[in-house]
Amino acid sequence: MIILWTDALIFLLIAVILMLGFYLRGKEYIKRPLQQIARSKVGMVSLTVLIFFVLIGLLDSIHFKPSEDGRSNEIISALDYWATPLREHGEKTYSAPFASYLYSKEMMMLADGTEQWGYPRLQFGGAHLADPETEQVPDILKKALYGWIQGASLVVFFMILLGSLLREPHKRLIVSPTAKAVWTVVFLIVSINYMLVYLSTYYHVFGTDKVGEDVFYQAIKSIRTGLVIGTLTTLVMLPMALLFGILAGFFRGWVDDVIQYVYTTLNSIPSVLLIAASILMVQVYMAAHEEAFTSVIVRADMRLLFLCLILGVTSWTGLCRLLRAETLKLREMEYVQAAQALGVRRRVILLRHILPNVMHIVLISVVLDFSSLVLAEAVLSYINIGVDPTTYSWGNMINGARLEMAREPVVWWSLAASFVFMFALVLAANLFADTVRDAFDPRRGAYE
Amino acid sequence: MTQYIIRRILYAFPLLMGVNILTFVLFFVVNSPDDMARMQLGQKHVTEKAVENWKQQRGYDLPLLWNGKAEGEEKLTRTIFYQKSVGLFLFRFGVSDSGRNISADIQQRMWPSLAVALPTLIVGLLVNISFALMMVLFRNSYLEHAGVVLCVILMSVSSLFYIIGGQFLIGKLLRLVPISGYDGGLSALKFLILPVLIGVFSGIGSGVRWYRTLFLEEVEKDYVRTARAKGLTETRTLFRHVLKNAMIPILTGVVVVLPLLFMGSLIMESFFSIPGLGSYTIDAINSQDFAIVRAMVFLGSVLYVIGLLLTDISYTLVDPRVRLS
Repeated sequence: MIILWTDALIFLLIAVILMLGFYLRGKEYIKRPLQQIARSKVGMVSLTVLIFFVLIGLLDSIHFKPSEDGRSNEIISALDYWATPLREHGEKTYSAPFASYLYSKEMMMLADGTEQWGYPRLQFGGAHLADPETEQVPDILKKALYGWIQGASLVVFFMILLGSLLREPHKRLIVSPTAKAVWTVVFLIVSINYMLVYLSTYYHVFGTDKVGEDVFYQAIKSIRTGLVIGTLTTLVMLPMALLFGILAGFFRGWVDDVIQYVYTTLNSIPSVLLIAASILMVQVYMAAHEEAFTSVIVRADMRLLFLCLILGVTSWTGLCRLLRAETLKLREMEYVQAAQALGVRRRVILLRHILPNVMHIVLISVVLDFSSLVLAEAVLSYINIGVDPTTYSWGNMINGARLEMAREPVVWWSLAASFVFMFALVLAANLFADTVRDAFDPRRGAYE
Repeated sequence: MTQYIIRRILYAFPLLMGVNILTFVLFFVVNSPDDMARMQLGQKHVTEKAVENWKQQRGYDLPLLWNGKAEGEEKLTRTIFYQKSVGLFLFRFGVSDSGRNISADIQQRMWPSLAVALPTLIVGLLVNISFALMMVLFRNSYLEHAGVVLCVILMSVSSLFYIIGGQFLIGKLLRLVPISGYDGGLSALKFLILPVLIGVFSGIGSGVRWYRTLFLEEVEKDYVRTARAKGLTETRTLFRHVLKNAMIPILTGVVVVLPLLFMGSLIMESFFSIPGLGSYTIDAINSQDFAIVRAMVFLGSVLYVIGLLLTDISYTLVDPRVRLS
C-alpha cells in the first residue's frame, strides 16, 4: 500500500467532513436546511450521481505496488487492479467505438503468404467474432442486453432485500417521491455501468486513442483528477479565507487594512497568469530536483498537488471578501454585543458566535466553486499549465483529441467520452449547488 | 472629485508594488536564475560558461537584492530586483528571453485582442440582458422554468467544447467562415465572426442566470410595486424602472473588465490563431519565456487597477446617492 500526497489529503478531507458531520448532528439550525435538501428531488438525484463519482474517485485513490519483489516501479490503484483487462487491452492506434478493425490501413500478411493493404483486425476489440461484418451488430445487442439484465437484477435484488428489512417508520426511505426518484437513478446508473463494463471486456466501448489505449478507461481514470482539483483546492482555500475574512471583519483597524491590501493585490493579478507563472516555477523546481521525483506517478501527483495549492491561493480572495462583509455585519448584532458586555473572551466570541453564523456562506461557496474548478482544470490543461501531461484528465483527453478533428473520418470518440463524463459531473454538481444554496441562504428562504 | 481620483491613483502604487514583489519572489527567489538558465538551455549537457552567458545576456547575472561589490547607491540599483522592477513601472518591458522587444510586441498585438474581446463583451451583454429580462417578464411560468434548466445545462458544458463544436459545425461542415486565422483591416471581419459568436454563446448560461437573479432582486422592491400600482404595464415597469436601476450593478461588472479586454482571451486566441496578447502569453508559457510572462502579469494587474478606478468613478456618474469621500 502506497499513499500518495493527494491520497492522504483526500482521506484527511473525508475525516474532516465526518468529524464536522458528527459535531453538527442534531443541531437545529443545520437540520432544517438538510431536511429541505432531502426533500428536493433534483438535489437528491444529483447527490446520488455525485456520490457515484466520488466512489470511483476513492477506489482510484488506493494505491499499491502490484508486485512485491521491488524490481518494477509501477504503482497502480485499486481501480486499475479491477480494470486490468481494460488497461492491458491496448491496440496499435486509433479504433472507433465497438470497432473490430483498426482506424488506419497497413500492410498485412495473409495466410497464403501474400501481402495486402487493408484494415487489420483489432487485437482485442471484437476478437471473438469470426466474421465481424455480419455478426457484430447482433453480438453487441445480445451482450448489451445480457450485461444490462445482470446489472438490473443486481439492483433489484438489493432493493427487494432493503424493502423487506425496513420496518414501518423507515419505509419512507423507499416509498416517498424523492426516494423513488433516487432509486430510479441508482437503478439506471448501476445497470448501465454494469452493461458498459461487461461490454468493455469484448469491445472498446469508446474506442482507442492514438497510442491504442482504451478511451473508456481514460475517462474513468480522469474522474479522480477532476474530483481532486475540485475538493483539495477547497481544503487549501478554506483555512485562509476563514481566518483572514473573520479576523478582518472582527478586528477592523490595521488588521483589516493589511488583509484587504493582501487580497486586493492577489486579486489584481489575472488568475490565469498567476497560475501560469506558478506552474512554470514548479516545472523549473522539478527539473532542478529530479532525484526527488523518481516515479512518473509520484511526479504527476506532486504537480497535481501544486496545482491545487496554486488554485487555492488564487481563489480564496472571493470567499474572504464575503466573509469579511458578513462578519462586519455580525459584530454589530445584539447577541455579539451582549457577549462582549458580559466579558466573554474574544476568542470564544469568534468561535462560538461568529464562526457558526458565517458557515452557510462557506458551504454555499464551496459547492458553487466545485463545478467551476472541474471546468477550469480542462482549460488549464489545454494551455499546458494544468495537470502533468501523463496524468489522466479530461483536459488532456480534449487536448490530445482536438487536432484529430481535421482527420477524415473524424476521430470524435475521445472528445465524446470526455464530454459525457465531464458534463455528467458538472451538471450534477451545479444542480446540487443550487439546491444547497436554496436551502442554506437565509435570503432565499424568505420567499418560500 | 479630482482629489479623490489622485488619492486613488496613489493607492494603486502600493498595490502594484505588491504585485511586483510577488512576481519577483515567484520568478527569482523560488528558483535561482541558474535553474532557469539550465531549464532553457536543456538539462543535461550544459556548461557553467553557457549558463553565465545566458544570464549575462538577459541581465540576470546581478545579485538579487543587495550588491555588495558596487559603490554607493549602486549597491541598491545594480541588482536584479531594482533593474527589473523599474523597467516594469516605466512600461519598459525590455527584451524577451528569445530576444524580441516586448513593448513593441504588446503594442502591435493588443489590437487583434481588442477586436475579438470588445464585440464579444457588447454582444454578450445585450443577449444576456435581453434573455434575462424575458425570463423575468415571464416569471413563474413554464417558459421561465425551461429557461433556468437550459441555463444550467449550458453552463455545465466546458467552454472548450463550445469552441471545438463551433469550429467543427460552422467552419468545417457548413464552411461559412474560415476555421481560424487573422488578417489586417476590414478583411479581419470574416475571421472575427466565429470567435465572437462562440464567445457569446459560451457565456449565455452563467450570464443569463446572473442577470436574472439581479433583476429578480430588483423586482421585489417597493418602487416597482408603486409603478405597477400607478397602472403601468409590466413591460413598461421592467424596461423603464427595473432595467434603469439594475444598470448600476451591471455597470460595475462591466467597467472593471473593460481595460482587461486588451489582454484578450487565452483560449479563444490560441484556438482561432488570432495574433493577440492572449496567444502571445500562451506562446510564452509554452516556450517558458519568463520575461514575457512577468511583463504580462504586471500589465494585467495595471489594467485591473485601472478598471477598479474607472468603476469607482462611473459609480458617481450614474448613481447620485454615492458621494466620494
